[in-house]
Amino acid sequence: MNTNPPQNRGLTAIDGAMALIVILLIVQIWLLSATLESYLAGHREAALPGAIISAILFSACLGLYRFVDRIDSDIRRG
Amino acid sequence: MGWFRKPSNTPLWRDEFSVFTADERYVNRRQFTKFLTLTSFGMLVGNLWILARSAFHRVPTYPRMAIAATDEIAVGGAKTFTYPTADDPCILVRTGSDSYVAYSQKCTHLSCAVYYEKEQNRFECPCHQGFFSIADGSVVQGPPQRALPRVTLESKDGQLVAIRMEGESA
Repeated sequence: MNTNPPQNRGLTAIDGAMALIVILLIVQIWLLSATLESYLAGHREAALPGAIISAILFSACLGLYRFVDRIDSDIRRG
Repeated sequence: MGWFRKPSNTPLWRDEFSVFTADERYVNRRQFTKFLTLTSFGMLVGNLWILARSAFHRVPTYPRMAIAATDEIAVGGAKTFTYPTADDPCILVRTGSDSYVAYSQKCTHLSCAVYYEKEQNRFECPCHQGFFSIADGSVVQGPPQRALPRVTLESKDGQLVAIRMEGESA
C-alpha cells in the first residue's frame, strides 16, 4: 500500500519530470555545439536536421513543463 | 502563465510567491522547470539561427593573387602571406622540390597563429598545443575541432598563385 501522502507523490512526479528535462537539455546543448562546429567547418547540410531535432527536444521540454505546471496546479489548488 | 494555467481566482502573486512552506517546494520546482524550458528555447533559437545563416549563405569569390616565387623558399621552408584580404594571415610551406601547401594561419580553436614545425613536419599552435597535419590541415592532436582552411595554389610563370580557400568557415 502506498503510504506516501499525495503532496509528496506530486513532488516525486515533478522531480522525475525535472530530471528528464535536464537530460533533454544536455542533449540539446550538445546538439547546438555539434551543429555549430559542423557549420563553422563549412558543412551546412547539418543545419536543417539539427534545427528539427532541437525543435523536437524543445517540444518535449515544453510538454514536461506543462505536465509539471498541471500537477502543481492540481495539488496546490485542488 | 495565463497560457498554461487553469483559470483561477487565485491571484498570480500567490501562485508565484507562496506563503506556505509546503507549497514553496512546488513553486521552486515549477519556476526552475520554467527556467530550464526557456533555456531549451534558447538552444532552439541558436539552431534556427544557424539554419537561417546556412539558408542565406553566399558563396564567396576569391581573387587570384601571386603570393611567392616558386624558388623563393627552400624545401622545408615556410613563408607567411595574407589571403584573400590583408586581415587573413596564411602560411605557405614548400614540402618538396615541386610541391607546396598553404593554409590559413589562424588556429581553428581560438585563432592563434600556427607555425610550421619542421622537425615533426606539422603545424603547431603554441597557445594550446594544437597540431595540424601538413598533408591536409586536419587536426592531429589538441583542442581544435576543425581542420585548417586550405589555400588552393596554382603555379604559373614561376609564381605561386592563390586562387581560392577550401574549408573556410562561413
